[in-house]
Amino acid sequence: MQFIGKTTIDFVGNRWKLFLLSGFLVGGSIVSLATRGLVFGIDFTGGTVVQVTFEKPMNLGDLRKAVEESGIPDASLQSFPKTNTFSIRMKSGEEASAADIEVQVAAIQKAVGENKFRIESQEFVGPAVGKHLYRQALWAIVLSLLGIIVYIAFRFENPIWGVAGVVAIGHDVLATLGLFSVTGCEVDLLIVSALLTIAGYSINDTIVIFDRMRELMKLYRHEPLDATINRAVNETLSRTIITNGTVFTVVLILFLLGGKVIHNFAMAMVFGAVVGTYSTIAIASPMVFEWYVRMKRPGSSPQPAGRPAGKARR
Amino acid sequence: MTKLQMKWGGVGLLSVLALFLLYPSINWYSMDAAEREKLETFKMRPKFLVNLGLDLKGGSHLLMELDIAKLDPKADIQDAMARAIEIIRNRVDQFGVSEPLIARQGKRWIVVQLPGISNAAAAKDIVGKTALLEFRIVQTGEKAQEALGKIAELGNPFVGESVSTSAAKLVPQGMELFRGKESQIYLLSSTVPFTGADLETARVETGGNYGLPVVAFKFKPEKGNEFASFTGANVQKNMAIVLDRVVFSAPVIKQRITGGSGIIEGEFTMQDAHALSIVLRAGALPAPVKIIEERTIGPSLGEDSIKAGLMATAIAGLFIFVFMIVYYKGSGFIADIALVLNLVFLMAGMAYFGATLTLPGIAGIILTIGMAVDANVLILERIKEELALGKPIRLAVDAGYEKALSAIIDSNLTTVFTAIFLFQFGTGPIKGFAVTLMMGLMISMFTAIFVTKLIYHTYLASRDVAELSI
Repeated sequence: MQFIGKTTIDFVGNRWKLFLLSGFLVGGSIVSLATRGLVFGIDFTGGTVVQVTFEKPMNLGDLRKAVEESGIPDASLQSFPKTNTFSIRMKSGEEASAADIEVQVAAIQKAVGENKFRIESQEFVGPAVGKHLYRQALWAIVLSLLGIIVYIAFRFENPIWGVAGVVAIGHDVLATLGLFSVTGCEVDLLIVSALLTIAGYSINDTIVIFDRMRELMKLYRHEPLDATINRAVNETLSRTIITNGTVFTVVLILFLLGGKVIHNFAMAMVFGAVVGTYSTIAIASPMVFEWYVRMKRPGSSPQPAGRPAGKARR
Repeated sequence: MTKLQMKWGGVGLLSVLALFLLYPSINWYSMDAAEREKLETFKMRPKFLVNLGLDLKGGSHLLMELDIAKLDPKADIQDAMARAIEIIRNRVDQFGVSEPLIARQGKRWIVVQLPGISNAAAAKDIVGKTALLEFRIVQTGEKAQEALGKIAELGNPFVGESVSTSAAKLVPQGMELFRGKESQIYLLSSTVPFTGADLETARVETGGNYGLPVVAFKFKPEKGNEFASFTGANVQKNMAIVLDRVVFSAPVIKQRITGGSGIIEGEFTMQDAHALSIVLRAGALPAPVKIIEERTIGPSLGEDSIKAGLMATAIAGLFIFVFMIVYYKGSGFIADIALVLNLVFLMAGMAYFGATLTLPGIAGIILTIGMAVDANVLILERIKEELALGKPIRLAVDAGYEKALSAIIDSNLTTVFTAIFLFQFGTGPIKGFAVTLMMGLMISMFTAIFVTKLIYHTYLASRDVAELSI
């Protein structure tokens, strides 16, 4: 069985169109991040989230009224489709303590009246812990990206490969964050691990194509670099589609059936799987081309057209 | 023995070992909850077990900060932290939690994880109470009466938990101001003749006023004698029983109390009394702790997560399994064997290290599986390319492996490095993700490359294969 045969798509020639498309994607994300910002979960802001399920049907409006009556300011409520479950998020001051939760919950139950609820989960993050978690997550991400640059630079003997790979990752992460900014979905620690997974897939993809480029650049020394890069991307296209198609299907299943806890996580992954594949082909590979053309590295610079390409495979 | 046989021997040995490590987990999780609980109480929990994280099985996660400002100035912080952890562990053990985690995090944070405990209020009561019990004599002399009158005129003499500066000025020498359970105020002796550390035991008794539960305590034998002579010397005075700077009761000492026992009354509920008796038995924390993070997941939410997660993972797994066979036929089946082996080894590894499976951990497994599929796809696509060039099957297979190797190793190692960083610097969920990813990728490099290649070699060596099923 074979999805696609040999292809000869000119990715490098169309790089400016691809860059433009990515520019829109990333630019749009940055604009949204700057204007709308992100809704951070209590992991990073501190605060309290209580998830409750009612015995009898309840609607969001009534619950909101009850929460206001119970004297909790600025609570934000959310309902889960097809369930009688609601999450109530409450802000907490500098002096907040986990002991407050019981008091707040009791107040809400009193205001709701007859309809009893069961607590599914309760989470409290103090302000100091939120800052700590935020810092730690940031450090983890920055250091692991640095690690990637260093390792790829070492393996591919030129930092540009590492930089291109990380630019592609940055592209994917920014675009995914943009999605969260536009949809207003909450960013919590679980989403951070989704971003890391996306980064992982993206770099995996990038390395596979870079590896082919490295191999072909040795094999076809006299071929124009753009032709070699196109060849590498085209030759690996079948693999790219199969692998990423598989991953995409898997995370789509998670998104549809995985339950409410990982719903946002899976959403990030579905989106990330698509941009991750795209960025390798559209960003990382043409970037390497641009770099070599500008540096005019001997043996790698584009040769005059018409020269016979190197002989076929070993 | 040929080289191939030796390799098979190695793979077989590892597989047997993996199944041996996995057997307890399979056995354990196929029991129902009640049966597991019974075994837990007899401490018959298997040694090698894949633990489920709190997000999957429910439970309470508490992060606490030791209030160093309230620590005895002479005390060493390291010492105090160690003691606090010891005492919390003691309390948790008495509370009856299986497999709790109590560990220091950073300079003055203590993390406590109580699997299966979904009554957060009770958990916080047990773990978070300072439980400093003191016995002090109530001051009723002229000086004390006068001071109390003046302090009462100030209104509330307390700011938060401490005494306001204006009230503190009015407190006579040798006395300290305390609050009662209601809004009363007391002047008590500065000296503390007995504390909770002098107790031998404490337990719940019913039979207080109105049948409310009380906590009965008993002094250590030598302290019991001291208590007898102390009460003998202070007959007709009031003895205040103070818990965490709040006066619970202040009964009159009617006569010399022998036998070294007494009760604490305080309109407790049964749960309160039970919690108090536990913390008194386990001892007081060196300083108060503040709960700065709490995550309690109820059992039904955890169960829903497991069900949905397992369901989705199973369907996704089935999809990959079938797809590989449909697309790559026989070779796809070989890749599937490697995938299954990868999962088995990963779970066995987690059981061996007693690692905890969390939701982000499942995400790590999905990334692992994705990359393992990728490794096989890379190899198979390469073999296809080599076959298309007209190479004989054996050579094409070898060339496919050889050429795909660098890409697989580079991409896997990059991700392993990332995972190591994440493990080192990440917290909670990120750590869980990093653990499964790290182990999964290392195993995947073995199963996706070594094991599949071994299968091909055996298959191609044993017969004359005209066409590879790919």
